[in-house]
Amino acid sequence: MLTSSAQTAAAAAAPQRRSRTLWQDTLQRLFRDPVVVICIAFLTLLIVIALFPSVFATAPYEQTNFPDKFAAPGAIAAGGKLEGHTYWMGADKLGRDIYSRLIYGTRVSMAVAFLGAGISFLIGLSYGLVAGYSRPRVDNVMMRIVDIIYAYPTLILIILLQVFLTALAQKDPAQMGAVERLLVDLDRSSGGLFFVFLAIGAVSWLNMARLTRGQVMHYKQQEFVQAAQIVGASNRRIMGRHLLPNVIGPCIVAETLAIPSYIYTEAFLSFIGLGVQPPMPSWGSMISDGYGALRTAPWLILFPALALSLTMFAFNFLGDAVRDALDPKLRDR
Amino acid sequence: MLRLIIRRFFWFIPVFFVVTGITFLTMHSLPGGPFDTDKTPPALVKQMENAFGLNRPVYEQYFIWLKNAVQLDFGPSLKQRGKPVASFLLPGLAVSAQLGTFAMLFALLIGLPAGIIAALYRGRWQDRSATLVAILGVSVPPIVMGPLLVWLFALQLDWLPVAQWSSLDDGLLPYLSHIILPAVTLGAGLSAIIARLTRASLLQVLGEDYIRTAHAKGLARHTVTIRHALRNALIPVVTYLGPLAAAVLTGSLVVEQIFALPGMGRYFVSSITSRDYPMVMAVVVIYAFIIVFVNLVVDVLYLFIDPRIDHAH
Repeated sequence: MLTSSAQTAAAAAAPQRRSRTLWQDTLQRLFRDPVVVICIAFLTLLIVIALFPSVFATAPYEQTNFPDKFAAPGAIAAGGKLEGHTYWMGADKLGRDIYSRLIYGTRVSMAVAFLGAGISFLIGLSYGLVAGYSRPRVDNVMMRIVDIIYAYPTLILIILLQVFLTALAQKDPAQMGAVERLLVDLDRSSGGLFFVFLAIGAVSWLNMARLTRGQVMHYKQQEFVQAAQIVGASNRRIMGRHLLPNVIGPCIVAETLAIPSYIYTEAFLSFIGLGVQPPMPSWGSMISDGYGALRTAPWLILFPALALSLTMFAFNFLGDAVRDALDPKLRDR
Repeated sequence: MLRLIIRRFFWFIPVFFVVTGITFLTMHSLPGGPFDTDKTPPALVKQMENAFGLNRPVYEQYFIWLKNAVQLDFGPSLKQRGKPVASFLLPGLAVSAQLGTFAMLFALLIGLPAGIIAALYRGRWQDRSATLVAILGVSVPPIVMGPLLVWLFALQLDWLPVAQWSSLDDGLLPYLSHIILPAVTLGAGLSAIIARLTRASLLQVLGEDYIRTAHAKGLARHTVTIRHALRNALIPVVTYLGPLAAAVLTGSLVVEQIFALPGMGRYFVSSITSRDYPMVMAVVVIYAFIIVFVNLVVDVLYLFIDPRIDHAH
């Protein structure tokens, strides 16, 4: 009698002490930091710009206007096709509007950020799950493959892949197979962006696979997995329903922290002329242009450099904050 | 320990085959050859290709290359008038190595103290500013940092030269003044990574029971910090030296492009576009070897620092 009344009392008290799930808890702690809120707002703005660049741009990004080359920020076009146009951020060596190019460059960086992360996440997570949950022999083979590719310096492999893919794009269309032509068409329609994804995605999943596998190795020894096995759950169900939810948290954090490196890799490829194809603007190629005119027109490099750094900062800061918010050791401190 | 070294050494063999195989196949499947220029008549191109064995099947070329590479003969450069690849890459490697060493020194010199201070003053302004600077450090990439430093120190203040390289033979001062900007550009991001790592690791160690014990038995604060905490906190930092060395390698490729330094990375980028197959292969082999070697060194170091780790298993 006594215990049952105690239970009813506890049950009655329960609704007042609202329990929060892990994610609600995490989100609440995230939004407590004003810098995190600013980062999220900034990234949201970038995503909106990337989705609707034409709304924000004031001129076509490829429109040249030679009389206004190296125009200073705030200058007004005196003639040519862009007459009366204000160069908010100046004009580059071909008289193209830097502000509009920056806006369209956002599209490239955001696409690389999210698609690169998506590709690496999907491949890496499933590869790591399968390797970690498979028999040791299979696991060993799968992870040795990762180790071997890992000995290849990633940037070198990306450059090599990118050279290979761009060479593919320049081949005579008559000699291409159906798959090849599809890939090349995709690449052309995205201004050379598609092959950048492919090169970055092909390499970036390695880290994710390693991390996931390590997590799986840790969890698969635990009772809840053994219980599921005893009940007779299929391997697919155990991986998808029991292991994945436990593994995914650290993977999301790692992926958020990896996004700046994708953005940077694309920028660097474009910086050395191996990234997106001109006239498609990328922050990296704009930095490269600006670096060439550093002495005479330093504002050319200022704006894309700022955009690149701020974006990387926002992702880094957000990734850090998510990690801290998810870390149970830091709770209530 | 010898067993570990031997096993790791054998590990280089599959790595070598896969890395060289992928590179060889990719390079040779690229359209165009090293001798395709508008000016050269086709008959001459054919003749050149015959002379360098480029008319043979790719797998045959690979085995020939392999046979020579095992004897450390990486063949002649196809673009630089047939001079041996090594005559370009050895000076290039020296430049990259010097750049990497200075960058690493800078990174450790800034990163370690910053991380330690941040951890010791956890939550206070020292910690906050160090952490913020560290995030800024990883967020400002070399292609931004390099031009920024050049603009400030070379163009505005006129303290340092803009770019290029000066060897030590030209005097110590020119040498240092040329290497400082590239090294800082490369080292800045790395120092931020080291600072974050040191902070996290030291914080974890400071929470351990044996630190409380050390405090409880009345040891001076700096003794506890240096002798007890720091020694253990540095273990994860040492393990990170492997990936760090890889980051220095690829980072030096970037920085060499920015500052036009005659390092190995620049040869790689230029020879990949000019289809100079032997040059590309040699660079890739050197890179892969360095990465495997550094990881081996880290494993051995690890063994010395932390006797709890047993590599027999």
